[in-house]
Amino acid sequence: MKNYNLYNFTANELNKKLLKKEITCTEITTDVITRIEEIEDRLNSFINIEKEKALSTAREVDRLIARGEKICDLTGIPVAIKDNICTEGIKTTCASRMLEDYVPGYDATVIKKLKGCNYVMIGKANMDEFAMGSSNESSYFGPVKNPWDTTRVPGGSSGGPAASVAAGEAICALGTDTGGSIRQPAALCGVVGFKPTYGMVSRYGAVAFASSLDQIGSITKDVEDCASMLNVICGYDKNDSTSINMDAPDYKSFLIPDIKGLKIGIPEELMVEGIAPEVKEKVLYVIKLAEDMGAKVEEVSIPGLKHALSVYCIISSSEASSNLARFDGVRYGYRDTEAQTLREMYRKTRTKGFGDEVKRRIIIGTYCLSAGYYDAYYEKAQKVRTLIVNDFKKAFSKFDVLLSPTSPTTAFRIGEKIEDPLTMYLSDICTLPANIAGLPAVSIPAGLSEEGLPIGVQIIGNILREDNVLRVAYSLEKAIGFDKKPGL
Amino acid sequence: MERENKYEAVIGLETHVELSTVTKMFCGCRLSFGEEKNKFTCPVCLGHPGSLPVTNWKAVEYAIKIALALNCKVNKYTIFHRKNYFYPDMAKNYQISQYDIPLSSSGYLDVDMGNYTRRVGITRVHMEEDTGKLVHTGVTGRISESKATIVDYNRSGTPLIEIVTEPDIRSPEEAREYLIALRNLILFLDVSDCSMEEGSMRCDANVSVREKNSSKIGTKTEIKNLNSFKFLQKGLEYEIKRQIKVVESGDKVIQQTRHYDSKTGTTKAMRSKEEAQDYRYFPEPDLVPICLEDETIETIRKTIPELPLAKARRFKERYGLSAEDSRFLANNMEIADYFEECCRYYDNPKNIANWIMGDFSALLNKEKIAIKESKITPCNMCKMLEMVDKGKISSRMAKSVFEEMFTTGKGPEKIITERGLEQVSDESILESIIDEVIKENPGPVEQFREGKEKAMSFLIGQVMAKTKGKANPQLANKIIRKKIV
Repeated sequence: MKNYNLYNFTANELNKKLLKKEITCTEITTDVITRIEEIEDRLNSFINIEKEKALSTAREVDRLIARGEKICDLTGIPVAIKDNICTEGIKTTCASRMLEDYVPGYDATVIKKLKGCNYVMIGKANMDEFAMGSSNESSYFGPVKNPWDTTRVPGGSSGGPAASVAAGEAICALGTDTGGSIRQPAALCGVVGFKPTYGMVSRYGAVAFASSLDQIGSITKDVEDCASMLNVICGYDKNDSTSINMDAPDYKSFLIPDIKGLKIGIPEELMVEGIAPEVKEKVLYVIKLAEDMGAKVEEVSIPGLKHALSVYCIISSSEASSNLARFDGVRYGYRDTEAQTLREMYRKTRTKGFGDEVKRRIIIGTYCLSAGYYDAYYEKAQKVRTLIVNDFKKAFSKFDVLLSPTSPTTAFRIGEKIEDPLTMYLSDICTLPANIAGLPAVSIPAGLSEEGLPIGVQIIGNILREDNVLRVAYSLEKAIGFDKKPGL
Repeated sequence: MERENKYEAVIGLETHVELSTVTKMFCGCRLSFGEEKNKFTCPVCLGHPGSLPVTNWKAVEYAIKIALALNCKVNKYTIFHRKNYFYPDMAKNYQISQYDIPLSSSGYLDVDMGNYTRRVGITRVHMEEDTGKLVHTGVTGRISESKATIVDYNRSGTPLIEIVTEPDIRSPEEAREYLIALRNLILFLDVSDCSMEEGSMRCDANVSVREKNSSKIGTKTEIKNLNSFKFLQKGLEYEIKRQIKVVESGDKVIQQTRHYDSKTGTTKAMRSKEEAQDYRYFPEPDLVPICLEDETIETIRKTIPELPLAKARRFKERYGLSAEDSRFLANNMEIADYFEECCRYYDNPKNIANWIMGDFSALLNKEKIAIKESKITPCNMCKMLEMVDKGKISSRMAKSVFEEMFTTGKGPEKIITERGLEQVSDESILESIIDEVIKENPGPVEQFREGKEKAMSFLIGQVMAKTKGKANPQLANKIIRKKIV
């Protein structure tokens, strides 16, 4: 019996079918590839589609299942990998001309873990160049389009992962989140995007944008798949000094459809100016649902958030200016071959190898770290960062989770904000506080706007309280009952 | 000379020492020297995207050991910083180093200058990673004559410590002695091979001049490429003279970095302060702070052996050696240990010291080997010294026996027996031989009786000839006198 549209299922649903031997992994993979071939030219979600590799892995997994070997939730599941996560022997471009032909010699720790449970890597997903952007328009390989309206952006920087999962080009995806790069595109594409506590997932092999803010996370169709992904990717890694040395819990055990008595705070700073009315409306609707389920919801002020965007801009750009210094044409990547001297080679390589947004941030970061400016910018930003962390601590002494919009607006049109970086940076205003404080946060779909565009709500937990975040997300997901699919 | 006496130099040194850990500072690659280029590298020390550093705890331990031996205060909370600058030998275009919260600070090293001791303040001892090496193609290896430059990253990420002194050094000789003392100290700690030729110990000098008795410090220059004890001294001597000349002529010394050229013995300006780089230091976000417990620091302190200066003092007191001999023996751990082991077997430390510093050192230097690689065991050395004392061999013979011990590793008794060198000290044997000699040489016997001491030498010579040199000359002398006087 031929199975159709397997790409519409979640990983957990497919896993059940695989266990019952109703379908094979080859069928799933073939179906997803067919879907990619059908719609990819309209979306541009991928930089590199690994069709042959995916199919051969799928066949191998089928043999493994036939032998009766133990399988986990992600065994045989086609997963899209954001193209800033290193994959041995497979190009990892960071959507930059600089790394257009760069083939890493090693796998990121998360990739090793996914391989350990025999996942199927379907391709390397498109993104903003070096994960810098909120619209996926800064990619050297062209913008990704939103599956709900291809004239609009999918959000960024994990635009490819979010669009591919939303459109059925992948069942799950791995992204990275520095200021909202998983949650914001998940919200704009109507999928679930989770950024774990800083240090819960090894960053080893994720090409660094801002080391103290970067975190790998998942993009999935629902919260259950999200927990399945976390079960694979979380955990201590000796290769990442900032990784937390503790055993990861079973995230699926937190999927409890009950939030009675839980205290939910609504940060007032994230509900005011700049939030589109229909976004706000949807968040209020979700709050109502939460109250109906017996949660205690209250407004809370987190005063430090007023400065979150400035703190984020300074710290992320400063770290980026140093992290991206290694791209100089000496060892790997793009090299300008006309240059006659070393200085000229550096200058021309970096001038031609990087796009505008990346250069803008390198310049800002270099400035912030320069002698005479360091105290006023970088050091002050670190101090304010501590204040924000303390504000969150205070809030979490009263609340189990905080709830807010994920993105202030629905998906905007391609080209709408690209010429106006400051407006673009505001896209991350609701998401970046979680990065500043290293908190776990998820975006789940709350419904569609009048124009038929997805709106997301964000649930933020205290450090290492993924349990609360998943529990609330799972409960609200059930209450919201979002089941729309983009009409591609 | 007159005008030079008016001035004094103010010198501070920055010394880099590569630690001899098994693996690199922030990755698992092996340390290597002179191996195939770029063989010992990985994504971390090549600065590949996505790779992350992990601190080598052994290197931290070694650095703490050095800091403690230099009487520094070890900070219980210390962090790494990134020092940002572009150069092809830097895999990441930043170096992981330390900045305002270093591993340790406020120490000192006492430098024995013979007739006085110079206490050199240690500002800080901090940890960092070494860079790769640029290899310029072409015969000369000079950058100006090469068509291409190859980067070898084998050295990239080697654990490095930087030791910065206060401006307490007052002459090129003191600078040289400081560096020698520092090297000896680190060798004692067994944490680096401190080879200046191989670049595992490198030194830059900051120097200024001022009128004697003045308390203010003049404008300094930094001298680079001082890669031997001799060049350190020569470079400073030249630079001090140059600065005095500048000041005397009414000009001002310009703050700049200067390069020492060992061929001409001069220093040349490299870059001035205005061109100085802005390294944009900031805390390394890929690493977590190092937090040390008192217990950890004390455990490391216990691994520090007796250091050269203390050892020399002890040698002087306990073994009654001269200050100079004590220093010679105490400056090298292996020699010191050898000496002390000999002292356990043989009760004449001065005699042991003389042999070690004399014949033994000469042979070691000639063969270019260390004392612990030598075939002469302390036990055999002492046996030989005892045989000389007891008159079993003459001191002249001892030299040749010692040489054979050195080449073959045989014990002294064996060599003496094999060569039949043992002195004849049996009076009955000697008496009969001497009776013969007296009978055969009436002339000299008569001369000696008349008071000619020289005749005795002749008679002993005859005894030696008859015994093929084995007679104990002192004993022979005694018997002859007894018989003919």
